[in-house]
Amino acid sequence: MSVLEVRDLDLYMEDEQILDDVNISFEEGVVQAIVGPNGAGKSSLAFSIMGLKGYRDVEGEIVYDGEVINDLDVSERSKLGISLGWQEPARYEGLKVRDYLNAATDDEENEDVSRDVLEKLGMDPDEYLDRAVDSSLSGGERKKIEMASLLAMEPDLVLLDEPDSGIDVSSLERIFDSIDYLVERDATVILITHSERTLEEANYAYLMCGGSVIDDGPIEDVGMYFEDKCLPCETKNIPQKKENGRYEN
Amino acid sequence: MKIEDLYEAAEIEDAVSDPDVAHLIINKDKIVGENEIAGLSVNAVEIEDGVDVEVVVEEDAVIEKPVHMCFGMTQEEGLQRIILDMDIRAGSEIGILAHCVFPKAVDVRHEMDAEIRVGEDAEYSYLEKHIHSPKGGLEVVPKAEIMLERRARYKNDFELVEGRVGELDIDYECVCEEDSILEMTAKVDGKEDDDISIREAGDLVGEGARGVLTTRVAARDDTDAEVINELSAEAAYTRGHVDCKEIIQDRGEARAVPIVDVHHPLAHVTHEAAIGSVDRKQLEALMARGLSEEEGVDLIIQGLLS
Ligand SMILES: Nc1ncnc2c1ncn2[C@@H]1O[C@H](COP(=O)(O)OP(=O)(O)O)[C@@H](O)[C@H]1O
Ligand SMILES: [Mg+2]
Repeated sequence: MSVLEVRDLDLYMEDEQILDDVNISFEEGVVQAIVGPNGAGKSSLAFSIMGLKGYRDVEGEIVYDGEVINDLDVSERSKLGISLGWQEPARYEGLKVRDYLNAATDDEENEDVSRDVLEKLGMDPDEYLDRAVDSSLSGGERKKIEMASLLAMEPDLVLLDEPDSGIDVSSLERIFDSIDYLVERDATVILITHSERTLEEANYAYLMCGGSVIDDGPIEDVGMYFEDKCLPCETKNIPQKKENGRYEN
Repeated sequence: MKIEDLYEAAEIEDAVSDPDVAHLIINKDKIVGENEIAGLSVNAVEIEDGVDVEVVVEEDAVIEKPVHMCFGMTQEEGLQRIILDMDIRAGSEIGILAHCVFPKAVDVRHEMDAEIRVGEDAEYSYLEKHIHSPKGGLEVVPKAEIMLERRARYKNDFELVEGRVGELDIDYECVCEEDSILEMTAKVDGKEDDDISIREAGDLVGEGARGVLTTRVAARDDTDAEVINELSAEAAYTRGHVDCKEIIQDRGEARAVPIVDVHHPLAHVTHEAAIGSVDRKQLEALMARGLSEEEGVDLIIQGLLS
């Protein structure tokens, strides 16, 4: 069953078209990947679904659980169960990891959950709970805490923008385990990635280029296309559509 | 309201009942509690509308436990003038935790005039925490002149994040001799029609003296905030940094005036000042975890002022 539908989505920023007629129907409870080269519009699509500032003024419809959510702000969308993990998560002066994680749960004060999710990411709670979510954390630590806060929140639909970037190899498995955990909790995961290894975590993939979705299918097919055609492609040009409906660059 | 309520508001009940902890408790213009310990002498005298306090830390005395001071008022109205003379003699070490507690204030003025000398190689840290009534009927006017002798270290933290600020007018000035270290921090949470004025000034006169002035202010609702951070460097190898961050929300207004005055080619002073509303990305990231915009702003400000 489809849980999130993006219909005829266009996004313009400063007179430039960023998203061009995007149509995707995301299946419930499945890990679906969005792949594509730098600048393809993957993050922009995620930000539009989350409703971030600058990404609210879209044409087309975003339908979640049968409801058009275009007019809802970020809080309202997250209260429906949608959340986003940032590629470069924000830093907060003075805000403790404890309070940051706690904010993601409904409970007033629940240290057990915070400890548990840190441990799932391989982070010692005694070392991290009292540290600030500020620039003293390494990029990898900050990314793992981002993932931990998503585990604490247990969203129904989660957009992960390159959750593997900046993560060292030894921690990568923890990120994959976290994705599994979210799926076990019946979450729909939309995984934006560049990496072929991470793509294997998904069941289905959409290939974006130049603001459009140009292909979709089981990851084996799209993955091959991405590897063969997109990775070597240096230009950001939209590939030419062939008569059989497929693309070449 | 009883004096015990002040202790409770300041969470110092345990400290004032510990004989090893020196303390001085002042309610409006009355001395209501006093405990001296070896190495430290406190001479407090009641004056008109206030108390005159002289503190001497003996040479080389190391005061292990933080000394508690409480300047408060159980009444709704009144004037409190504190004249404070601190003589932290050479080689000594002391930390003071001061609570300024005005839980009932409707129309209260608290003045502090402090003169502080920190002797050679001495270390002094002073944390002043304000607990105000939610009514905003307070005027707080702390002035301090501080002198740091060679290799002295002084750390001053001013915190006004509980209750309404009311009107605040801080003016601290510190002269820093050779190789001394000054750290001055103020954190203030302004709401409604609070009026905040902060001036912190460091004068690095001795070679190798170092100073850091840090200010964090939230200006919400109709708060008006002005922060003047002055750091002047007169001698070689002096190092200084000014760091001021003000978050404005609603109709708040804020000014930051960093004044960096360098008179020696071998001195180095830097400053950063940032005024603006809550960072959008920080806020949206919290909203994406289920917080409302208001809850997100509160959490960000709470972190900044912690
Ligand atoms: N705030 C913005 N203003 C203008 N253009 C932007 C903005 N953010 C992204 N873009 C442009 O939109 C396109 C898609 O970017 P993005 O969604 O970040 O791609 P991806 O995540 O696939 O790398 C790029 O050409 C980028 O330069
Ligand atoms: Mg991106």
